[in-house]
Amino acid sequence: MNNLIRATARCLRSGTAVYMPRQADGRLWSASGRRFLCSDVQKDLGEIVKKDKVVVFMKGTRAQPMCGFSNAVVQILRMHGVDDYADYNVLEDQDLRQGVKDFSNWPTIPQVYFNGEFVGGCDILLQMHQNGDLVEELKKLGIHSALLSAEKESK
Amino acid sequence: MLPSVVHLARPVSIRLAFMRPLAHFRPHMDPDPSRPVERAIRTKLTNALKPDHLEVLNESHMHAVPPGSESHFRVLVVSSQFEGLPLIQRHRMVNETLKDELSCRIHALAIQAKTPAQWGSNPTLAKSPPCMGGSKGDHTVDQKLKTGQE
Repeated sequence: MNNLIRATARCLRSGTAVYMPRQADGRLWSASGRRFLCSDVQKDLGEIVKKDKVVVFMKGTRAQPMCGFSNAVVQILRMHGVDDYADYNVLEDQDLRQGVKDFSNWPTIPQVYFNGEFVGGCDILLQMHQNGDLVEELKKLGIHSALLSAEKESK
Repeated sequence: MLPSVVHLARPVSIRLAFMRPLAHFRPHMDPDPSRPVERAIRTKLTNALKPDHLEVLNESHMHAVPPGSESHFRVLVVSSQFEGLPLIQRHRMVNETLKDELSCRIHALAIQAKTPAQWGSNPTLAKSPPCMGGSKGDHTVDQKLKTGQE
Protein backbone atom coordinates (compact mmCIF):
# COMPACT_ATOMS: atom_id res chain seq x y z
CA MET A 1 0.00 0.00 0.00
CA ASN A 2 2.88 2.36 0.75
CA ASN A 3 4.13 1.73 -2.78
CA LEU A 4 0.74 2.72 -4.12
CA ILE A 5 0.83 5.96 -2.19
CA ARG A 6 4.36 6.74 -3.34
CA ALA A 7 3.51 5.97 -6.96
CA THR A 8 0.39 8.09 -6.77
CA ALA A 9 2.25 11.01 -5.24
CA ARG A 10 5.00 10.80 -7.87
CA CYS A 11 2.54 10.74 -10.75
CA LEU A 12 0.40 13.52 -9.50
CA ARG A 13 2.67 16.26 -8.22
CA SER A 14 1.40 18.63 -10.89
CA GLY A 15 -2.19 17.52 -10.69
CA THR A 16 -5.01 20.02 -10.60
CA ALA A 17 -8.14 19.78 -8.52
CA VAL A 18 -10.66 18.08 -10.76
CA TYR A 19 -13.21 17.81 -8.02
CA MET A 20 -13.58 19.05 -4.50
CA PRO A 21 -13.09 16.16 -2.10
CA ARG A 22 -14.33 16.42 1.46
CA GLN A 23 -11.87 16.27 4.31
CA ALA A 24 -12.12 14.01 7.31
CA ASP A 25 -13.97 16.60 9.39
CA GLY A 26 -16.57 17.20 6.67
CA ARG A 27 -15.17 20.48 5.38
CA LEU A 28 -15.10 20.98 1.65
CA TRP A 29 -11.48 20.85 0.56
CA SER A 30 -10.28 24.16 -0.86
CA ALA A 31 -7.42 24.09 -3.33
CA SER A 32 -6.69 27.76 -2.67
CA GLY A 33 -4.99 27.00 0.62
CA ARG A 34 -1.58 28.08 1.70
CA ARG A 35 0.12 25.36 -0.28
CA PHE A 36 -0.70 23.38 -3.36
CA LEU A 37 -1.91 19.91 -2.51
CA CYS A 38 -2.22 16.91 -4.73
CA SER A 39 -5.95 16.23 -4.84
CA ASP A 40 -5.40 12.63 -5.78
CA VAL A 41 -3.36 11.94 -2.64
CA GLN A 42 -6.39 13.24 -0.78
CA LYS A 43 -8.65 11.00 -2.87
CA ASP A 44 -6.43 8.00 -2.14
CA LEU A 45 -6.49 8.80 1.56
CA GLY A 46 -10.26 8.88 1.37
CA GLU A 47 -10.17 5.33 0.11
CA ILE A 48 -7.32 4.17 2.35
CA VAL A 49 -9.05 5.14 5.57
CA LYS A 50 -12.14 3.16 4.56
CA LYS A 51 -10.34 0.07 3.30
CA ASP A 52 -9.68 -1.32 6.78
CA LYS A 53 -11.69 -1.08 9.97
CA VAL A 54 -8.73 0.32 11.89
CA VAL A 55 -6.12 2.47 10.18
CA VAL A 56 -3.11 4.08 11.84
CA PHE A 57 -0.83 6.67 10.29
CA MET A 58 2.33 6.58 12.35
CA LYS A 59 6.05 7.13 12.48
CA GLY A 60 7.73 3.83 11.86
CA THR A 61 5.82 0.60 11.61
CA ARG A 62 3.82 -1.41 14.10
CA ALA A 63 6.76 -3.79 14.33
CA GLN A 64 9.25 -0.98 14.76
CA PRO A 65 7.71 2.32 15.86
CA MET A 66 10.00 5.34 15.57
CA CYS A 67 8.15 7.63 17.97
CA GLY A 68 6.95 7.23 21.52
CA PHE A 69 3.45 8.50 20.74
CA SER A 70 3.12 6.18 17.75
CA ASN A 71 4.39 3.32 19.90
CA ALA A 72 1.76 4.11 22.51
CA VAL A 73 -0.98 3.71 19.90
CA VAL A 74 0.50 0.39 18.80
CA GLN A 75 0.68 -0.85 22.38
CA ILE A 76 -2.89 0.20 23.21
CA LEU A 77 -4.21 -1.64 20.15
CA ARG A 78 -2.09 -4.65 21.12
CA MET A 79 -3.52 -4.64 24.64
CA HIS A 80 -7.02 -4.75 23.20
CA GLY A 81 -6.04 -7.61 20.93
CA VAL A 82 -6.52 -5.58 17.76
CA ASP A 83 -4.17 -7.39 15.37
CA ASP A 84 -5.88 -6.76 12.08
CA TYR A 85 -5.25 -3.12 11.28
CA ALA A 86 -3.44 -1.17 8.60
CA ASP A 87 -0.41 0.89 9.59
CA TYR A 88 1.15 3.49 7.29
CA ASN A 89 4.62 4.83 7.95
CA VAL A 90 4.60 8.57 7.22
CA LEU A 91 8.39 8.73 7.55
CA GLU A 92 8.66 6.82 4.28
CA ASP A 93 6.70 9.36 2.27
CA GLN A 94 6.64 13.11 2.87
CA ASP A 95 3.63 13.55 0.59
CA LEU A 96 1.71 11.11 2.74
CA ARG A 97 2.96 12.77 5.89
CA GLN A 98 1.68 16.19 4.89
CA GLY A 99 -1.28 14.79 2.99
CA VAL A 100 -2.73 12.99 5.98
CA LYS A 101 -2.35 16.10 8.15
CA ASP A 102 -4.30 18.09 5.58
CA PHE A 103 -6.86 15.35 5.01
CA SER A 104 -7.59 14.98 8.72
CA ASN A 105 -7.05 18.66 9.46
CA TRP A 106 -4.88 17.42 12.30
CA PRO A 107 -1.35 18.69 12.78
CA THR A 108 0.38 15.73 14.36
CA ILE A 109 1.15 12.07 13.91
CA PRO A 110 0.00 9.43 14.93
CA GLN A 111 -3.55 9.51 13.58
CA VAL A 112 -6.14 6.79 14.10
CA TYR A 113 -9.17 6.03 11.94
CA PHE A 114 -12.07 3.69 12.82
CA ASN A 115 -14.32 2.72 9.90
CA GLY A 116 -13.16 5.66 7.86
CA GLU A 117 -13.79 8.15 10.63
CA PHE A 118 -10.99 10.09 12.26
CA VAL A 119 -10.76 9.22 15.94
CA GLY A 120 -7.77 11.27 17.04
CA GLY A 121 -4.17 10.89 18.04
CA CYS A 122 -2.33 9.22 20.87
CA ASP A 123 -3.85 11.36 23.62
CA ILE A 124 -7.43 10.63 22.58
CA LEU A 125 -6.82 6.92 22.10
CA LEU A 126 -5.18 6.75 25.50
CA GLN A 127 -8.08 8.50 27.19
CA MET A 128 -10.56 6.27 25.40
CA HIS A 129 -8.57 3.27 26.62
CA GLN A 130 -8.57 4.57 30.20
CA ASN A 131 -12.24 5.51 30.37
CA GLY A 132 -13.58 2.39 28.67
CA ASP A 133 -14.76 4.13 25.50
CA LEU A 134 -12.25 2.24 23.36
CA VAL A 135 -13.80 -1.10 24.26
CA GLU A 136 -17.19 0.27 23.21
CA GLU A 137 -15.92 1.75 19.97
CA LEU A 138 -14.18 -1.49 19.06
CA LYS A 139 -17.42 -3.34 19.75
CA LYS A 140 -19.16 -1.10 17.21
CA LEU A 141 -16.53 -2.19 14.69
CA GLY A 142 -17.29 -5.80 15.48
CA ILE A 143 -14.02 -6.19 17.36
CA HIS A 144 -14.14 -7.87 20.75
CA SER A 145 -11.51 -6.29 22.97
CA ALA A 146 -9.09 -8.73 24.58
CA LEU A 147 -9.48 -6.77 27.79
CA LEU A 148 -13.11 -7.85 27.99
CA SER A 149 -12.07 -11.49 27.84
CA ALA A 150 -9.36 -10.90 30.42
CA GLU A 151 -11.85 -9.20 32.72
CA LYS A 152 -14.32 -12.07 32.33
CA GLU A 153 -11.66 -14.66 33.16
CA SER A 154 -10.63 -12.85 36.31
CA LYS A 155 -14.17 -12.97 37.72
CA MET B 1 28.06 9.95 19.05
CA LEU B 2 24.90 8.42 20.42
CA PRO B 3 24.83 4.66 20.45
CA SER B 4 22.49 3.21 17.91
CA VAL B 5 19.18 2.31 19.45
CA VAL B 6 17.24 -0.71 18.40
CA HIS B 7 13.68 0.39 18.05
CA LEU B 8 11.48 -2.48 19.04
CA ALA B 9 7.82 -2.39 19.81
CA ARG B 10 8.02 -2.80 23.52
CA PRO B 11 5.17 -3.18 25.94
CA VAL B 12 4.54 -0.20 28.14
CA SER B 13 2.70 -0.24 31.40
CA ILE B 14 0.14 2.19 30.11
CA ARG B 15 -1.53 3.02 33.37
CA LEU B 16 1.66 3.52 35.43
CA ALA B 17 3.67 5.21 32.72
CA PHE B 18 1.09 7.75 31.80
CA MET B 19 -0.27 9.14 35.05
CA ARG B 20 1.50 11.09 37.75
CA PRO B 21 0.05 13.11 40.62
CA LEU B 22 0.50 16.84 40.35
CA ALA B 23 3.03 17.78 42.98
CA HIS B 24 3.44 21.53 42.64
CA PHE B 25 0.77 22.90 40.40
CA ARG B 26 0.93 26.61 39.68
CA PRO B 27 -1.83 27.44 37.24
CA HIS B 28 -0.34 30.62 35.85
CA MET B 29 3.42 30.31 35.98
CA ASP B 30 5.32 33.29 34.62
CA PRO B 31 6.66 32.40 31.19
CA ASP B 32 10.37 32.48 30.62
CA PRO B 33 11.03 35.44 28.27
CA SER B 34 13.72 33.47 26.50
CA ARG B 35 11.11 30.90 25.50
CA PRO B 36 8.95 32.65 22.91
CA VAL B 37 7.02 29.56 21.82
CA GLU B 38 6.00 28.68 25.35
CA ARG B 39 4.95 32.28 25.90
CA ALA B 40 2.90 32.28 22.71
CA ILE B 41 1.20 29.02 23.66
CA ARG B 42 0.25 30.34 27.07
CA THR B 43 -1.02 33.64 25.75
CA LYS B 44 -3.08 32.16 22.95
CA LEU B 45 -4.65 29.41 25.02
CA THR B 46 -5.45 31.85 27.80
CA ASN B 47 -7.08 34.34 25.46
CA ALA B 48 -9.00 31.79 23.41
CA LEU B 49 -10.15 29.28 26.01
CA LYS B 50 -10.23 31.33 29.23
CA PRO B 51 -8.94 28.33 31.20
CA ASP B 52 -9.51 27.78 34.89
CA HIS B 53 -6.17 25.98 34.91
CA LEU B 54 -3.42 25.87 32.34
CA GLU B 55 -0.18 23.94 32.26
CA VAL B 56 2.31 24.31 29.43
CA LEU B 57 5.29 21.97 29.59
CA ASN B 58 8.20 22.08 27.23
CA GLU B 59 9.11 18.42 26.78
CA SER B 60 11.74 18.99 24.11
CA HIS B 61 14.49 17.85 26.47
CA MET B 62 12.87 14.39 26.41
CA HIS B 63 13.44 14.09 22.67
CA ALA B 64 16.27 13.88 20.17
CA VAL B 65 16.56 17.64 19.65
CA PRO B 66 19.24 20.15 20.77
CA PRO B 67 19.12 21.52 24.32
CA GLY B 68 16.98 24.63 24.67
CA SER B 69 14.66 23.60 21.83
CA GLU B 70 10.98 24.45 21.84
CA SER B 71 9.69 21.66 19.62
CA HIS B 72 7.77 19.25 21.84
CA PHE B 73 5.09 20.45 24.26
CA ARG B 74 2.43 19.07 26.55
CA VAL B 75 -0.56 21.23 27.48
CA LEU B 76 -3.24 20.70 30.06
CA VAL B 77 -6.23 22.98 29.57
CA VAL B 78 -9.13 23.11 32.00
CA SER B 79 -11.95 25.16 30.56
CA SER B 80 -15.71 25.36 30.83
CA GLN B 81 -15.72 25.90 27.06
CA PHE B 82 -15.14 22.14 26.78
CA GLU B 83 -18.45 21.30 28.45
CA GLY B 84 -20.48 18.88 26.40
CA LEU B 85 -17.84 18.56 23.71
CA PRO B 86 -16.27 15.25 22.69
CA LEU B 87 -12.51 14.92 23.08
CA ILE B 88 -11.81 15.34 19.41
CA GLN B 89 -13.61 18.65 19.27
CA ARG B 90 -11.77 19.90 22.34
CA HIS B 91 -8.45 18.96 20.81
CA ARG B 92 -9.40 20.65 17.54
CA MET B 93 -10.09 23.85 19.48
CA VAL B 94 -6.62 23.69 20.98
CA ASN B 95 -5.06 22.86 17.60
CA GLU B 96 -6.90 25.75 15.94
CA THR B 97 -5.75 28.15 18.63
CA LEU B 98 -2.14 27.08 18.13
CA LYS B 99 -2.23 26.49 14.38
CA ASP B 100 0.53 28.98 13.58
CA GLU B 101 2.88 27.46 16.12
CA LEU B 102 1.98 23.95 14.96
CA SER B 103 2.73 24.78 11.35
CA CYS B 104 6.07 26.49 11.95
CA ARG B 105 7.53 25.74 15.35
CA ILE B 106 5.94 22.88 17.27
CA HIS B 107 6.65 19.33 16.18
CA ALA B 108 4.65 17.50 18.84
CA LEU B 109 1.79 18.64 21.02
CA ALA B 110 0.28 16.40 23.68
CA ILE B 111 -3.09 17.66 24.85
CA GLN B 112 -5.27 17.11 27.88
CA ALA B 113 -8.51 19.05 27.61
CA LYS B 114 -10.76 18.81 30.65
CA THR B 115 -13.84 20.50 31.99
CA PRO B 116 -13.56 21.98 35.50
CA ALA B 117 -15.60 19.07 36.88
CA GLN B 118 -13.35 16.49 35.24
CA TRP B 119 -10.27 18.25 36.55
CA GLY B 120 -11.76 18.45 40.02
CA SER B 121 -12.42 14.72 40.15
CA ASN B 122 -9.07 13.73 38.65
CA PRO B 123 -6.39 16.42 38.94
CA THR B 124 -3.58 14.45 37.33
CA LEU B 125 -1.20 15.42 34.59
CA ALA B 126 -0.50 12.67 32.09
CA LYS B 127 3.07 11.75 31.26
CA SER B 128 4.44 11.50 27.75
CA PRO B 129 5.83 8.19 26.57
CA PRO B 130 9.59 7.73 26.22
CA CYS B 131 11.08 9.11 23.03
CA MET B 132 12.07 6.56 20.43
CA GLY B 133 14.41 8.90 18.61
CA GLY B 134 12.19 9.65 15.64
CA SER B 135 13.03 13.36 15.67
CA LYS B 136 16.72 12.70 15.09
CA GLY B 137 17.52 13.33 11.46
CA ASP B 138 13.92 14.33 10.75
CA HIS B 139 14.17 17.24 8.34
CA THR B 140 10.77 18.68 9.24
CA VAL B 141 11.89 18.93 12.86
CA ASP B 142 15.15 20.55 11.72
CA GLN B 143 13.17 23.11 9.70
CA LYS B 144 11.05 24.01 12.70
CA LEU B 145 14.08 24.32 14.93
CA LYS B 146 15.75 26.61 12.36
CA THR B 147 12.64 28.81 12.36
CA GLY B 148 13.27 29.38 16.02
CA GLN B 149 16.89 30.31 15.45
CA GLU B 150 16.09 32.97 12.85
